[in-house]
Formats: sequence, structure tokens, C-alpha cells
Amino acid sequence: MPAASEMRPEPLIFETGQPGRANTYFRDGAPLDEFLPETALRAGLPLPDNSELDVVRHFTRLSQRTFSIDTGFYPLGSCTMKYNPRINEAMAAQPGFRDLHPFAPDALAQGALQVMYELERSLSAIFGMAQFSLNPAAGAHAELAALLIAKAYFRKRDEGRERTTVIVPDTAHGTNPASAAMVGYKVVSLKSYARGRVGIDELKAALGPDTAVCMMTNPNTLGLFEDHILELTEAVHAAGGLMYYDGANANALMGNSRPGDMGFDLMHLNLHKTFSIPHGGGGAGAGPVGVSARLIEFLPVPVVTRDDAGAFHLEFDRPDSIGSMRSFWSNFSHIVRALTYVYANGGEGLTRISQLAVLNANYVRAQVKSFLDTPYDETCRHEFVASAQELKRETGVRALDIAKALLDRGYHAPTIYFPLLVPECLMIEPTETESKETLDAFVASLREIVETAKSDPQKILDAPVNTIVGRIDETRAARQPDLRWEPAKV
Amino acid sequence: MAQPQGLLYSKEHEWLKLDGDVGTVGITDYAQNSLGDIVYVELPRAGSGIKQFGSVGVVESVKAVSDLFTPIGGEVTEVNRALEGDPSLVNRDAFGEGWLYKVKIANVAEKDALLGPAEYETLVAEGAH
Repeated sequence: MPAASEMRPEPLIFETGQPGRANTYFRDGAPLDEFLPETALRAGLPLPDNSELDVVRHFTRLSQRTFSIDTGFYPLGSCTMKYNPRINEAMAAQPGFRDLHPFAPDALAQGALQVMYELERSLSAIFGMAQFSLNPAAGAHAELAALLIAKAYFRKRDEGRERTTVIVPDTAHGTNPASAAMVGYKVVSLKSYARGRVGIDELKAALGPDTAVCMMTNPNTLGLFEDHILELTEAVHAAGGLMYYDGANANALMGNSRPGDMGFDLMHLNLHKTFSIPHGGGGAGAGPVGVSARLIEFLPVPVVTRDDAGAFHLEFDRPDSIGSMRSFWSNFSHIVRALTYVYANGGEGLTRISQLAVLNANYVRAQVKSFLDTPYDETCRHEFVASAQELKRETGVRALDIAKALLDRGYHAPTIYFPLLVPECLMIEPTETESKETLDAFVASLREIVETAKSDPQKILDAPVNTIVGRIDETRAARQPDLRWEPAKV
Repeated sequence: MAQPQGLLYSKEHEWLKLDGDVGTVGITDYAQNSLGDIVYVELPRAGSGIKQFGSVGVVESVKAVSDLFTPIGGEVTEVNRALEGDPSLVNRDAFGEGWLYKVKIANVAEKDALLGPAEYETLVAEGAH
């Protein structure tokens, strides 16, 4: 593969080809209008007319320009871009799983149902919840499910009209307030106190008879574990509210602490993050939602159960369930990948994974703090934040420019400008799968960028220069978006 | 950087210009600089009632989406329509052409809860957010 800077821009598939290029394998086949009624046929669609070879080359070239965890280090905070072991793919690709029809009767799908059942039981054990539903399709989707469960719970207790508020700390994930608003809750934002965590007094002041749910991310988006988690959950319960755990940062926890033991009533997991499933670019995710015992009846259906004879069933008959969150049962191949990951590592392995994720983050943080500010300077969990605020004041180089310069050096950019409470923020999550050499090389690149910013800031402000597309005018893209290709008018 | 005289400021980086019981509201130069290029501003509707320090709209930049809090309560009488076509006015002239809305103030005494230019400058210098 040539260096990106030597590649030519790839034209759109619509802009290439010639009439009559497409390969025709059945030259003597009957015309389409013998199969389909006229009303189902459209003329004049501007479909590209390309040979098979040109199509293959087009998409292969595009794939070569895609950054992925398979090509480089991807320290994208709170997104847990870890290596996806190939054994996951081998298991998911087995014909018995791959070719199974979702409407196959339970009796013919016992193996698949057992996989779902065993993953559900594993997740419940790892995170200390009473039961999970594997139904939601991704993280924010599972947040929505959890809040619908909370709503159904309060409605059943005849408290639905009073409990209208969801409390979200400013260290939580950005999707939390959005999910709460979608369910019709009023969102109250809670400022974290000096240690970057939720203060018990601040929380108590926000609690009241209107409190439905408090949504927390622990460790939070600063990579910090709450100081008073047991007191916080107790206070919310005393006010009659439910505690929700955002599992996007679960990679710091496995085998070391359990949300169920902390007193959480609801939680979700991003299997595609913690349980090593390819994601990024909006690919399919999987977001199981888990609950404590008092909320089981509200879980989305179907839930896989096992009867006394040892047979597995998709259970739909749960009158108080919030219903299904999507068509069919789950992103099933992800369930296979996640269970493979659980069984390949075992309890001790998962525990060690989380410990190494924390160790790697601290190893990077301890070096980065010699050349960038690290607010909340203490041992972190699986990720940490650095700030380019001082660098910006000195040199004009912002977090955004550092991120662009990292692209030039072969790295995916970290999450920037989140959480909002740290100005010029870079949120770095190395994950457990990176070697010491990779981490050292990344730190050296980051250090070199900061040094260049001080000696020759324009070099960093001009980055990236080694990528196929240079610095993009993000402001113009947001103000005057040009979202779709349109054919030239004939 | 000195803050413009004759204005009052909120801790959330909004400014208020008083003219009798009519106030003009905007975000400060410090706020627009921290946000970066602004791409969209959602303003309260003219005629709507707003409460001091309540969330009344949204400022979206390439970096983040932030709530807009009103430094004073009352009834919105006019919004800056020019921002619909060109939100970058807030970046270019936060204290002038980039004003956000005008409000008929219900209780002028609410201004006592706001900061003067020197106090606001201290807040900004401390790097508070």
C-alpha cells in the first residue's frame, strides 16, 4: 500500500464507468418486465455502470484508506477501541450460527439460544445484575430501554406523574441527557465538585420527590472512580429514585467491581466496546440492558430462559415488559463474539484485562503530564484527560490541532473537547491490548507535537499534510453542509 | 483583556445591556472564543417568558453544543434574525452585531445578581468555566 500522500483522490463510483460496462452473466435471460409489474419498475435511475473489476478496485482502495484498529493505535477515549480477537470471527462465522433463520423454531435453534442464555448469565454475574435483555442494538438504544423501564416501573407504582426528573452529572456521557429527554424526562445537570466527581451534598440538594433516575458513568469521563458511590446510590434510593449505570466505561471494571454491588438498579453494556467487537464508522453494535431484581418484569422481550428440562426458549410473555426495542432478537453474531471473548478469557482473564487497561492508561498519563496539563492529577482508571489550554495560550495550538497532527503520525485522534468541563480537552484511552512499545511511540509523537507547537506552531496548525485529505474546513461543512451527490441534469 | 464597560455579566458568560426595563443579551467574547466557530444558535421565541438563569436556547459550535442561560428574566421581545443566516456574527462581534435577543425585564432588581466588568474579568482570569 502506498503512503496516503501518494494516493490519488478516489472519484465517486457514480462519476466513473460507461454505459454498457456492467458485467452481464445471463445475456439471454428474460427481461425484467416479465418478472415484475410495470409499477415496480423505474426508468432513468442514474445508477453507475461499471465493470466488476473496477467496482472491486474502487471499494478495495477505499478500504485501504480507512483507519482501523487493525492498522493503527486508536486511543479514542470512552470508545474502547481494543483489538478484536480473530477467534471471535471464527465462531461467529460458523454456518450453524451464521445461516440460522431468526424465525427458526426454538427446537431447531437450541445451540443459538444457549449462546444467548449463557452470555446473559455471564453478564449478570460479571456486573452483579439480576438479569439482562440482549435485545437493544447499541449503547444509546439501551439507555433508552433503561429509561423506558424506569418509566414503566414508576407508572406501575402510580408515581409516574410525580417522578419527572433525571439527574445527570457533568462527568457523564453526552448521550445520557439526550436519552432522558427522548423519554420525556426533565434533565437536571449536576456539577461535579473539585475532585471531578459527584459530591454527596450536591446530589442530595438535587434530589426530591420528582427524582426518577440518576444516570452515572463510573468511572466517569475523566477516568475517575466516584469517591462516595455507595452513599450516592443510597441517597437516590432514599429519595425513591433509581440509579442507572452507563456501561460505556465498563472496560475498567470487569472482575474488580460490580455496578450491582454499588447499588445500581439499571445498566447497559456496549458489547462492541468492552467485549471486543469491531465498531467505529457506525457499524452494528450490541447494547444489553441489565436490571436489579425489582425491575426484571419490565425488561425488553424476548429474554432467553431455560426450563427445568434444560431446553432454551425465547420468552415473549411478560405482560409488564416495555416490549421489543427492535425487529428480531438482537445483533446475534455479536452475541456469539461476546460469549467467545468471555469464554476465551475466563473470569481471571477478564479481571486481568481491566487491570491492564487501567495500567496502560496510567503509564501513558504519567508520561504525558510532563509536557501537557493533566487536570485531576491522580491515578486514573482506563482513561484520562489532558488539557491543551496552557499550550493554546502560549502558542495558539489547540486540542483540535494536536489531534490533526496525530493523524499525520499514523494515529487515530483521541476524543477531543469532551468532557466539556475540561477546556481544550484530550481524552485518551489506550486499552489493554497495546504493547509498551506502541504506547512509548505514541507518547513520543505527542511530545514531539507539543515541542513543535512551541518552536514552529504553524507546522501543527497546518496538519494534517500526510493524509489523503488535508485540513478540512469543519466550520463550512457544518454551516453549509453538502450532503449528497446529485446527477448532472440531462 | 478588559471587559466592556456599561454591561453586566453572568457566571455562565452571558452579557446584559440595560436600557430602562429593556435588556439586550449576548454571549461574551471569552465565551465565543472558548466555543470556537459557532455554526448554529437556537434562540427563545419572541413573546415567550423566561426566568433568570434558566436555559433558554442552545449555542452549537464545531466543538460542542452548549446551553444558553439567560442573565435576566422577563418576556422576549425580539431575537436577532441575522444569526439564522450567519451565526458567525457571534464569533466576529460578540458584544455588537452578534447580540442574541432582547427582553422586557420583569424585575430589574434581578440585575443585582450579575457581575460588573471587573468582577467578570476576575472570573475569566481564573479560568473558571
